[in-house]
Amino acid sequence: MSFVHPNGTVHAKVKDFLQIQKEASKEWMQLQHSEKPRILVGTASCGRAAGALAVLSSIKKELSRANLDATVMEVGCLGFCYREPLLAIQKPGRPEILYGNLTPDTASEVVSDYLTKDSPRPDLACGTLGDHEVAGIPNLLSLPELQLQVRLILRNCGHIDPEDIRHYMGNGGYTGLVKAVQMTQEEIIEEIKKSGLRGRGGAGFSTGQKWEFCYKATSPEKYTICNADEGDPGAFMNRSLLEGDPHSVLEGMVIAARAIGARQGYIYCRAEYPLALRRLRTAVEQMKQYGLLGNNILGSGSGFEIEIKEGAGAFVCGEETALMASIEGRRGMPRPRPPFPATSGLWGKPTVINNVETLANVALILQKGWQHFAQYGTETSKGTKTFSLVGRVKKTGLIEVPFGLTMRQIVYDIGGGTLGDKRFKAVQTGGPSGGCLPSSFLDVPVDYESLTAAGSIMGSGGMIVMNEDTCVVDVAKYFLDFTQKESCGKCVLCREGTRQMLYILEDIARGNGKPEHVDLLLELGEAIKAGSLCGLGQTAPNPALTTIRYFRDEYDAHINKKQCPARVCRDLIAFYVLPEKCAGCGICLRECPVGAISGGKRMIHVIDQSKCIKCGSCYEVCPPRFSAVAKVSGEPVKTPEKPIPVYDQKPD
Amino acid sequence: MTTRAIGGGDMRDQIHEILSPFKTDRSQLIPILQRVQEKLTYLPEEAISGIAKYLNLTENEVLGVASFYAQFRFTRPGDHVIKVCSGTACHVRGGESLLQALQTELKVNPGGMTEDGKFSLEQVACLGCCALSPVMVINDDPYGKVSSRKLKQILDIYRKG
Repeated sequence: MSFVHPNGTVHAKVKDFLQIQKEASKEWMQLQHSEKPRILVGTASCGRAAGALAVLSSIKKELSRANLDATVMEVGCLGFCYREPLLAIQKPGRPEILYGNLTPDTASEVVSDYLTKDSPRPDLACGTLGDHEVAGIPNLLSLPELQLQVRLILRNCGHIDPEDIRHYMGNGGYTGLVKAVQMTQEEIIEEIKKSGLRGRGGAGFSTGQKWEFCYKATSPEKYTICNADEGDPGAFMNRSLLEGDPHSVLEGMVIAARAIGARQGYIYCRAEYPLALRRLRTAVEQMKQYGLLGNNILGSGSGFEIEIKEGAGAFVCGEETALMASIEGRRGMPRPRPPFPATSGLWGKPTVINNVETLANVALILQKGWQHFAQYGTETSKGTKTFSLVGRVKKTGLIEVPFGLTMRQIVYDIGGGTLGDKRFKAVQTGGPSGGCLPSSFLDVPVDYESLTAAGSIMGSGGMIVMNEDTCVVDVAKYFLDFTQKESCGKCVLCREGTRQMLYILEDIARGNGKPEHVDLLLELGEAIKAGSLCGLGQTAPNPALTTIRYFRDEYDAHINKKQCPARVCRDLIAFYVLPEKCAGCGICLRECPVGAISGGKRMIHVIDQSKCIKCGSCYEVCPPRFSAVAKVSGEPVKTPEKPIPVYDQKPD
Repeated sequence: MTTRAIGGGDMRDQIHEILSPFKTDRSQLIPILQRVQEKLTYLPEEAISGIAKYLNLTENEVLGVASFYAQFRFTRPGDHVIKVCSGTACHVRGGESLLQALQTELKVNPGGMTEDGKFSLEQVACLGCCALSPVMVINDDPYGKVSSRKLKQILDIYRKG
């Protein structure tokens, strides 16, 4: 596609920028074909939690010790979170090799072995990326976890230095904006409408339509807001994107501003994401240097500024009217809609609020055209969606898939199945507003409509896998505890109703449930949905309602039998040392934080049930070769009253 | 690292110094509260009244906003602030046990501070490292897959520090 406007003129500033962009592409290619090896270390937040910074400093130490010349780059999330910390090495004439589960020691070994002895260490490698093969290391794209993925939004994450704008430009970055400044506002909105893009923040409203409403509103002042207040617990897609490729989001934001005619934009990002905030600040400064912010962007005649606002820890601020109240310096409390922000938003002015991933999609659509985007997905849900695949699943991570894949493909092919291959129970989507989908939904294609029909929502993309070790009553209780705390208090039904639902769920989990409790929960749930102003209250009962709908038997077990089938609810479980298995090794005894275990060397240990706080430490530490600690709900296990010598032979 | 605040006139000067770069506009209230807490580690009464005067708001309005958001604290925290993630992924993978282990180990409840003032314990919303659950953050250092054994080793680093 050419960058010439239909009327034949190309602004000098556009020409200058395209020249810079061309140079950046050349630099990028030179880096890719450099004789100097490159070491990429994933230092996004999850990498850091796994020890990536220690790995990084160990590599640097090894390079200087062995006097090796290599470029070390810090990159964002590669998505294989279960194998963090990760690093990749690129050597001339070789495919990139990705290494995982590293420690500072193994990381420096890999660097030294591969760079000095040319030994690629297949024992520590996850896979290769590129054309050639390396003996003993699989091609990453042949692995089931990547085969089904289409990484459009995450295309740069883990490959470029997120703090270097030229890396982004070298990979086609900001060419979408270049196109946008040469299009009319109507043309940009039309392009987005044709793509079929729907908001990635939860409700899935058409982005093009939202922009059109705001474009049509007449006002000298308009605003764009990027909602980076990723509040759903269990979701981290936006964090990863902001940490790994912040410019893709910012490019989308400038395009949105141009489409609606806004001169000021805000990014509202959670304070819990310090690294994302830092990278955003760096990126915004770089944009100013390149004339991508400020007055007269790329000679378009329109200007745009971005201010970064740090959230202060209120989940309800993910709701757009509450978010705007927070930017205005007030308590983050929602207000009724209409008027919608597109006509009356921030300080009463027309405002468009888009999610992080939505904006990254906007940049992609302008860069590659709507057809490229719309070739993925289903009839009504176009494109790809990022998900954080977490919980009781083997290969936890950040994934991106086209809409329309089934839950089974996501959990089993990409996620590798449930932890310990235990029976699948449910997938929780949509955070506290969503619901738990049981195994009967494993073969339903994942898109906006199917999840809503199942009683859940797409939400922002958290996917928490649950297996037989997860208790649905506990999960419902967890979410109601969350929404009850996060309710802003404005609507009585939300404020008091969620609390009453929580109390009932607590009673059920403690074994004090009554048969009428389930009906009471259903009744309360419907009332809260009907009587709440914003999405928080309207969806807060969903986790309880869907678990009752699909797992009524588990509620009944808690209420009628006083049993927790998943053995999670503390008041309904007990731990016992199995006398026929205990070897008297003393490990659990030393580990017990409350001294509830008595025993001695070669003596069968006994747990004093009156002292036990059910923390599960003994269960966790008992060596698998003995597996002598049992966790039960229901029938108690017969054990000796006091420690007795261990059996030499198993009793009959 | 932030330094501990000192009382009296010194604190008023300190607060004045923190506020002076900000515009006297209501939209600056939350950024100001964040900046003050970053510098003083918490929001003392003097700060609330100082901010109210600076922005021409009532103290009630300032406190009303500050108390709405979970980020703000009104008492001085310990030397090291431990934040335990209470996100969903952490919850289904042992976050509760981690919190309980910390409570037992440090003899302190969430929201409280150890007797020696070394640690404060906080329960926070999702930290976004869900793939490595259960997660906790001490000061600014994240720790993933924290088992009870690993926990003791981690705490020892800060006990010495």
